[in-house]
Amino acid sequence: MIEVKELTKSYGPTVAVNKVSFDAHAGEVLGFLGPNGAGKTTTMRILTCYLSADAGSATVAGYNIFEESIEVRKRIGYLPESAPLYTDMGVIEYLNFMTQVRHIPKSDRKERIRAVIDICGLEDVIQKDIGELSKGYRQRLGLAQSLIHDPPILILDEPTSGLDPNQIIEIRNLIRDIGQEKLVLFSTHILSEVSATCSRILIINNGEIVANGSPEELASQAKGEDIVHIAIRGSQEAIEAELNELEFVSQWTHVETTDDIVAYQINAAQDSDAAEALFHVVVKNGWSLTELRQESVDLEDVFLNLTDKE
Amino acid sequence: MTNITAIFKKEFKSYFNSPIAYIFITFFLGISSWLFFRGFFIQNQAEMRSFFGLMPWIFLFFIPAVTMKLWAEEKKIGTVEILMTLPIRDAEVVVGKFLASFALLAVTVLLSLVLTFSVMYLGDPDGGTLIAGYIGLLLMGAAYLAIGLFASTLTENQIVAFILGITTCFVLLIIGEDFVLFNTPNWLFPIFSYLGLGAHYSSILRGVLDSRDIIYYLSVIGFFLYLSTLAVESRKWR
Repeated sequence: MIEVKELTKSYGPTVAVNKVSFDAHAGEVLGFLGPNGAGKTTTMRILTCYLSADAGSATVAGYNIFEESIEVRKRIGYLPESAPLYTDMGVIEYLNFMTQVRHIPKSDRKERIRAVIDICGLEDVIQKDIGELSKGYRQRLGLAQSLIHDPPILILDEPTSGLDPNQIIEIRNLIRDIGQEKLVLFSTHILSEVSATCSRILIINNGEIVANGSPEELASQAKGEDIVHIAIRGSQEAIEAELNELEFVSQWTHVETTDDIVAYQINAAQDSDAAEALFHVVVKNGWSLTELRQESVDLEDVFLNLTDKE
Repeated sequence: MTNITAIFKKEFKSYFNSPIAYIFITFFLGISSWLFFRGFFIQNQAEMRSFFGLMPWIFLFFIPAVTMKLWAEEKKIGTVEILMTLPIRDAEVVVGKFLASFALLAVTVLLSLVLTFSVMYLGDPDGGTLIAGYIGLLLMGAAYLAIGLFASTLTENQIVAFILGITTCFVLLIIGEDFVLFNTPNWLFPIFSYLGLGAHYSSILRGVLDSRDIIYYLSVIGFFLYLSTLAVESRKWR
């Protein structure tokens, strides 16, 4: 439903989005994960036709976002970051305005407003002005606004930011429900959120997509290697020569040398019992071991690994 | 058209949801009545020329206050991002907002008819000049509104929009005044005297509804609405 090809956008000298490509289909909940300033919001703004891109192309529901922008916008529900709403309007008044600008036929308007109020749990605040609403209710109203025309595609920019834990769980459940039949694309910088909600994760960093897959896939991809931290008292040259010889070591990095203790981080093939093998190597060479620690990798490490490189 | 109507209704209501409309109407009527009646009995003539004559200067301060929030506020609180991702063309939003501010102006001008009725009660003013005066008032007001709206698209700060609006209106108003024209080089003279907002207004005030004056105002309105649309669209490639 969404196809993005080599989308690029820069603000002056800063490249916000750099050759981003991905596609997404109905029934998927796509999590956009990345540190702040990674280019998540910019990508979403381009897809919703708020900004244009410098290069690349994208189609949403078969329509080109630059040439058939009105058709694209009809099919997208969009909740920008921090749910900006007209604070001087009433809740119902606002939703009513949205039904008008979304071209919902007069006869269906009441029904649609009713529906989004039920979905988003706004029953308690329908009498109020938006200015009186708490952050949580504003976020829900923002979501209601994006659902009012029953769009096939939903784009949500940090829908859970600033909410309390209960509200976060509610919104997540809501997103999962909606994602059963629609395409939901949402951004976050909270890790647990994507593993809890998404069927697929896009990790974006410095404007580039660095990983794309289901939470399980990404975790197992990273688990393809074990990481061993080791510190040895011995001659650095001899140790490194030995490390290069070892078959199961795919990569090693020298961490630090203090006195005559050398520390390494070693990436080893999975299930190779690397720690044990390394221990034997150390014993064989008559060095002494001061630290040996094997680490398992989860989604958090994937994220840190992919986004930490400067 | 439904888009423009929806935006129009929303903006017009929003004037009355906030104190802006009430403050605007009250102060405008209060100040213009005071300034008018102050001289009215001294002159002892049943005519409204002094009322209409004041308007370019009163509008100068009131109208940018009406338009300053139209875009600046949307940008400040971020609602522009939802608004501009709706299936509406940028130009439709611009026109809808402009019409809403024009409706507020029209309501205010309508209420100021009270002044006219009291003048008609006290004497027998010339009907033709009065009608022409009101048409001129609305045209000039609309031109100010278009300028104010444009100023509002340029910033997210309402105060900046307000001052920018006043300044632009002021410059356009005075370049047609004799005082300025007297000191302009000859080659600029026809341009300035044509572009001046005030000169066309005073010629309408004389009771002559010349199509050139009407075309002038409509072009100013069209030009600044076009600039506003460009400014709104500029978010895309900035």
